[in-house]
Amino acid sequence: MANIGWKSMKGIPLVVTLIWIAVSAAALHFMEKSVIAFLGILFSIILIYYTNTDKRVRLILGAAVLLLIIPLVAGDNRYYMEVASQVGIYVAMALGLNIVVGFAGLLDLGYVAFFAAGAYAYAIFSTSQANEFIPGGLFPLSGDWFWPFLIVGLIVAAIFGILLGLPVLRVKGDYLAIVTLGFGEIIRIIFNNLDKPINITNGPQGITPIPSPELFGVKMGTPFYFYFIVLFVIIFIVIANIRFEHSRLGRAWVAVREDELAAQSMGISLLNTKLAAFATGASFAGVVGVIFAAKQTFIDPTSFTLMESIGILVMVILGGSGSIPGVILGAAFVTVLQVQLLKEFSNFLHSLQQSGVINLPNQLDPSKFQRLIFGIMLILVALYRPNGLIPARRKKNDLEAIKGSKYAGGKLGILSKLTQGKQS
Amino acid sequence: MALLEANGLTKRFGGLVANQDVTVKIEQGTITAVIGPNGAGKTTFFNMVTGFYEPDEGDVLLNGKSIKGLRPDQIAERGITRTFQNIRLFKEMTALENVMVGTHSRLSAGILGIMFNTKRVREEEERAKVEAYQLMEYVGIAHVANEAAGSLPYGLQRRLEIARALATNPQIILLDEPAAGMNPRETVEMTEFIRKLKHELGLTIILIEHDMKLVMGLSEYIHVLDYGRKIAEGTPEQIRNNPNVIEAYLGKSATEVS
Repeated sequence: MANIGWKSMKGIPLVVTLIWIAVSAAALHFMEKSVIAFLGILFSIILIYYTNTDKRVRLILGAAVLLLIIPLVAGDNRYYMEVASQVGIYVAMALGLNIVVGFAGLLDLGYVAFFAAGAYAYAIFSTSQANEFIPGGLFPLSGDWFWPFLIVGLIVAAIFGILLGLPVLRVKGDYLAIVTLGFGEIIRIIFNNLDKPINITNGPQGITPIPSPELFGVKMGTPFYFYFIVLFVIIFIVIANIRFEHSRLGRAWVAVREDELAAQSMGISLLNTKLAAFATGASFAGVVGVIFAAKQTFIDPTSFTLMESIGILVMVILGGSGSIPGVILGAAFVTVLQVQLLKEFSNFLHSLQQSGVINLPNQLDPSKFQRLIFGIMLILVALYRPNGLIPARRKKNDLEAIKGSKYAGGKLGILSKLTQGKQS
Repeated sequence: MALLEANGLTKRFGGLVANQDVTVKIEQGTITAVIGPNGAGKTTFFNMVTGFYEPDEGDVLLNGKSIKGLRPDQIAERGITRTFQNIRLFKEMTALENVMVGTHSRLSAGILGIMFNTKRVREEEERAKVEAYQLMEYVGIAHVANEAAGSLPYGLQRRLEIARALATNPQIILLDEPAAGMNPRETVEMTEFIRKLKHELGLTIILIEHDMKLVMGLSEYIHVLDYGRKIAEGTPEQIRNNPNVIEAYLGKSATEVS
């Protein structure tokens, strides 16, 4: 019954959304380090998405929340900005993986390798680490180099994607998952051991200090700046995702996902199409890797474990594989749960324990149950929302626009033979 | 010169010989049927022509040039397309998008062009959309253009699959049991439709079919397979009276009685 009521409603009334934004913005302003306030402002994005109003109004509202309200209200609160930029990093990565898993249907369990490639590309060349194998003492580079390295990270990761893809993409399904899992681990272990014979990655000690981005002499090392950097990268990735989804390539990806045989008989090359998906997904992870390295100022191979790959995959599947808003929601949800909710809940229980209300054994600390909660969430989603929180759906084409197109005058393709036949 | 020539095609799966020394010549602009009892190797033959199986022996020539060893997508690009016995649509996509996938190899948009949404990509997309819509009108299913392909009724799915195949701009179309599962009226409609493809679009059509009324009424030439070998070929009239064919279909005693 509730379902029918929901469907008959055209969306959430604009007033409700506006009130919600105002209330959660106020909460964000008055409460320090409040999970509830932060979730409130994040939830307002979802509300805007479902608000019953013009698309342009929704875009402006969303932009206002992300670009004005959050930075203005919480800009000087390091904690909020830190969480927000971490959410952003995972959203961007999940959107990249969405191309590989969601669109092309290639189950990739080694996605974090491309993230690592981008992070190491910036870390090695922006610190004195590169002096170990490139003579001339040209390094470290200044933070100004961060910006070109966004592109370098993208290209390096894309090359990694193609190199890994070439041998890996000959297998499919479960086998692909196993092989990519292996490759992800291989890359991590290589980075872990590449301090001998030539010291390239500094091995398990990691690389530090990675310079913060700099622009016109302004050092952008605080979470406030990273929030904006991540936000712009996300906007770029979202636009790319939307354009890919309904393009020649996006259709080929979905076709390959749905039916490889039929796709081939339509003239789609399996290898090229899958490689394109791998390279595109990888390149987005590479960009995010550069930002991650600059934000952490220190990286070592432990940041790029299998658990990270699985975490990102969980975000994609939970949100809705192949669905852009779904994946954004999934990534935000899982990250907030991971970095904020559980930690907050443990802190709360600890404070209760200190005041003697309860006796909490160390083993029951909620922040230790992250994987359990992941597991339960996945099972629940698989049972009750098998297509994710916001399932993917293909856009309907505007048929009137097609009929009115400037090309609609003559017959195209094989049908051009119809008119030829009449003339002769 | 024949448009398509299959010379001595042989395909073995372990001990099973699915096709043995099958030679078929197809002339431009004809309708040819490949018939035979279940398991005779008809679909195997289709799979070798379209590149899904590589023949163990023999060769396939298109316009006199060998296409043996090419991948299915390369063969599709050269103008041979097909439909499948058990319909294989991209179920999650809309019907229109399914047809647009057919235009894939004639479009040129690459990763960068799509990312920057260049004018060329936008125009190419618009053309592909118009072409796909025209094809759907042509096969008479334009009213379901925005429906998910998997949700369409069976008859429309068959038509959609043909529209998608036509979008590759083929010279030859291979139809694997186009009238399977259809009632008599739908079968008559399908027969008319296939004839239309030949007359209006000049297509060369090869079809596998079990419905003898359709085969005899539609095809100009028939090849009969049994246990992987070609046992007869000829016009429908010749095939109808061929004792080998009657034996293959009805058993040996049938020929003795008559």
